[in-house]
Amino acid sequence: MLAVAHTFTLVGVGARPVGAEVDVHRGLPAFSLVGLPDAAVRESRERVRAAIVNSGFEFPLRRITASLAPADLRKAGPALDLAIAAALLAASEQLDGAFLETHRLAGELALDGSIRAVPGVIAMAEEGRKQGAEAIAVPGPNVAEAGLVGGLRVVGLNSLVDLRALSSGELPEASATNGAGPAGSPDGEETSKGPDLAELRGQPLLRRALEVAAAGGHNMLIVGPPGAGKSLGARRLPSILPALGREEAIEVTRIAGVCGSGPPPGTLARRPFRSPHHTISAVGLVGGGLPPRPGEITHAHLGVLFLDELGEFSRQALEALRQPLEDGGIRLTRGVHAVDLPSRFMLVAATNPCPCGHGESSPRCSCAPATIRRYHSRLSGPLADRIDVAIAIAQPSAEALAGDAGETSATVRERVEAARTRQLDRLEGRYNAQMSAAECRAAGLTDSAEAALAAGHARLALSGRGYERVLRLSRTIADLDSIEWVDAAHVGEALTFRWRFGRS
Amino acid sequence: MSPTACRPCLRRAGLLEALSPLIEVVAMRQAGSSAPELLAMSDDQLVRKLAPRGSPGMRRALARAAGPSVLEARQRNSGVWSVCRHRDEYPEPLRDLGAEAPAALFGRGHRDALADLAERRAVAIVGARRASGYGRTVGRDLARQLSVAGVRVISGLANGVDAAAHDGALAGSAQTIAVLGSGADRVYPRQQSGLYERVLASGAALSELPPGAPPRRWTFPARNRIIAALSAMTVVVAAADRSGSLITAEMAADLGREVGAVPGPVNAPSHAGANRLLVDGARVIRGGQDALDALFGPGERAVAEVGPDPGIGGRAVLAEIERGATPDAVAATLALPPAEVSAGLARLELDGYVVGDAGGRYERTSLDMPPPGSPE
Repeated sequence: MLAVAHTFTLVGVGARPVGAEVDVHRGLPAFSLVGLPDAAVRESRERVRAAIVNSGFEFPLRRITASLAPADLRKAGPALDLAIAAALLAASEQLDGAFLETHRLAGELALDGSIRAVPGVIAMAEEGRKQGAEAIAVPGPNVAEAGLVGGLRVVGLNSLVDLRALSSGELPEASATNGAGPAGSPDGEETSKGPDLAELRGQPLLRRALEVAAAGGHNMLIVGPPGAGKSLGARRLPSILPALGREEAIEVTRIAGVCGSGPPPGTLARRPFRSPHHTISAVGLVGGGLPPRPGEITHAHLGVLFLDELGEFSRQALEALRQPLEDGGIRLTRGVHAVDLPSRFMLVAATNPCPCGHGESSPRCSCAPATIRRYHSRLSGPLADRIDVAIAIAQPSAEALAGDAGETSATVRERVEAARTRQLDRLEGRYNAQMSAAECRAAGLTDSAEAALAAGHARLALSGRGYERVLRLSRTIADLDSIEWVDAAHVGEALTFRWRFGRS
Repeated sequence: MSPTACRPCLRRAGLLEALSPLIEVVAMRQAGSSAPELLAMSDDQLVRKLAPRGSPGMRRALARAAGPSVLEARQRNSGVWSVCRHRDEYPEPLRDLGAEAPAALFGRGHRDALADLAERRAVAIVGARRASGYGRTVGRDLARQLSVAGVRVISGLANGVDAAAHDGALAGSAQTIAVLGSGADRVYPRQQSGLYERVLASGAALSELPPGAPPRRWTFPARNRIIAALSAMTVVVAAADRSGSLITAEMAADLGREVGAVPGPVNAPSHAGANRLLVDGARVIRGGQDALDALFGPGERAVAEVGPDPGIGGRAVLAEIERGATPDAVAATLALPPAEVSAGLARLELDGYVVGDAGGRYERTSLDMPPPGSPE
């Protein structure tokens, strides 16, 4: 007898459908499993056998063949256990297999027959919904997570024995079945718990730079001595970015879930903040390996990627970042197959002004001019022309540290959201950072703005790219001011964010 | 076709190039012999001084020395011209060096940069290679103001003050002259190759070594004597106690030239040398006007620059920058939103009143403001 159960395997940050076909027929007892299984999937056979026996079912002493389709797709992870067991029970006529058509199945089997939680449940539920499935059966602990995805019923199973009830249509459905998700927006309740911009004392220009960068989605570089507040400021950037929309929040939660690092079950993730150590390899940063695993840039999707000590990152790692920064995604090709991973993130980099940390303007700097030149030229590497906002900060004074706290993230975020709304209207879903120069001009500059731009180009030796950058930034600054026409003051402020380390 | 240096002088230049390693040994290591003294000797005296008992090294060097015809070909190939002390074109002020005057002088760029040096007065601006923003800004502004007033600026194309001086001079109308420690067609240091090209576009690069000659330690004090001699005044901008630019100042004083120095912070070791020159009697040079007064007499020529009116807000920001405030401190003191401070600083930078550095700090230039309330 043949039975087919439908399940999924995780590829990249999504799920692909897998058909678990199990055939039971006469012959010497054997249990073979084909379909490019990885080690965990191969071990499924042991788990399935023990779980079936310990749940009071009979393990047929016949010839059993399990095939995981499609045949040329690598299958990974223990989530296929449940489907294999269900198909086997249906094929050996111990269960009515009708429910297998309408229910997708996912779960790991413990030897005693209980069903364990698995990662990537959101990805699986989304894929199931895409296929038009009626329902998805997942381990009990995964129910809340799967419930975040709307459009299909979620059933929670705690043990293999529950399949009996499911097959006869009696199992009451889990409570969070219609994918309504938790009430309220994910960020609404949680903002108060996260880092807040008010904690960054003094540093008014850094706060302003963060606001401008956030408003237009501009990548930024913060230069300053150790302890001045570079890392502190960067970590607060997600808190002034607009709240994630529901679809975006689910996407971020799904990506985190696939890698097993998601938020508590049933809650939606917030904008990610990733801060890889500078010893990371190119593969670790952008993804790769076999099977292809997402890198930091995908974990940072819709969030912030923070590169502290930019000069210490390997050139290869930084080179690997260029294309994804431009495209918002990365395609990892393995022979015939390709996996597309999303990576739309904001880049924030931080560095000391020179190797000793004090900066050549400081009397305490002990670096030779050649050393400083080399250091600056390392910074002017692959990422220089992707960075729109460059700001240098100094140690805050004692008065500044003791003074009043600045505005909270919530206050700044309102302005950022208003500016972004103007951009979305004007650019149909993109931000200023992605504009071409022609588009910037189309929004209009006043005569004095044109003059300031021309003076900047002449006196400050702006490159062609630098000129475009100033245009984009001025547009964002004008948006923050809620002004239609870019004025000289906007251009002026944009000029102060230019790259000052040599070529760019 | 302008004359080149005569054959005996070219032979001398070829000899200097071939003997360069030996000169290095003697000049830098033997007490009591300095490069200029060696250069005062005739060809035969020089050979005997460097290898009294003859030596294989000396014989090889003499065999290798490029002769006049070879050097003439080299000049043609690299676009280098030359003069020697037997020609009328030879800059008169150089003759004050007496026996130490360079026999041949090679150059690239405009020959007329050497014309009328005595009458028109040139100024040498020298200082530390590792100069702070202050040193470079002051050097640049001084050079620009002199150049705008028609005075040629001479320096050594080194990093730091020299480069800033050439850069400032290029912003004015007068020619700038770079005297190199290598052949006139060889840029040293390499970082200044862009500046070198700009200097050649209107001025000239000079050397007493033939085209293609590499720099050596002895060639720098040697070229400093040329810088000091060509100028009516040498100004030291930023120098620590043992800076080479102090030696240039000393050479200038020995030649009877004016010596000036720019005061620096009294607790900064990087300016101690310049400050000490002032104690020893050098003229205080705060800017172009002081230099022009020293050259031509008080009030005879004026520095001509004034920028556009910065407005009330601009003046306030400028006042804070003059007090050494960072942009953050400006925002705090004037209680202005950072956006306004940044826009104001950008305006001031475009108008030439301040210069920003890679560390986010701003330095006041010496550009004067019009009196408050002037029309735009």
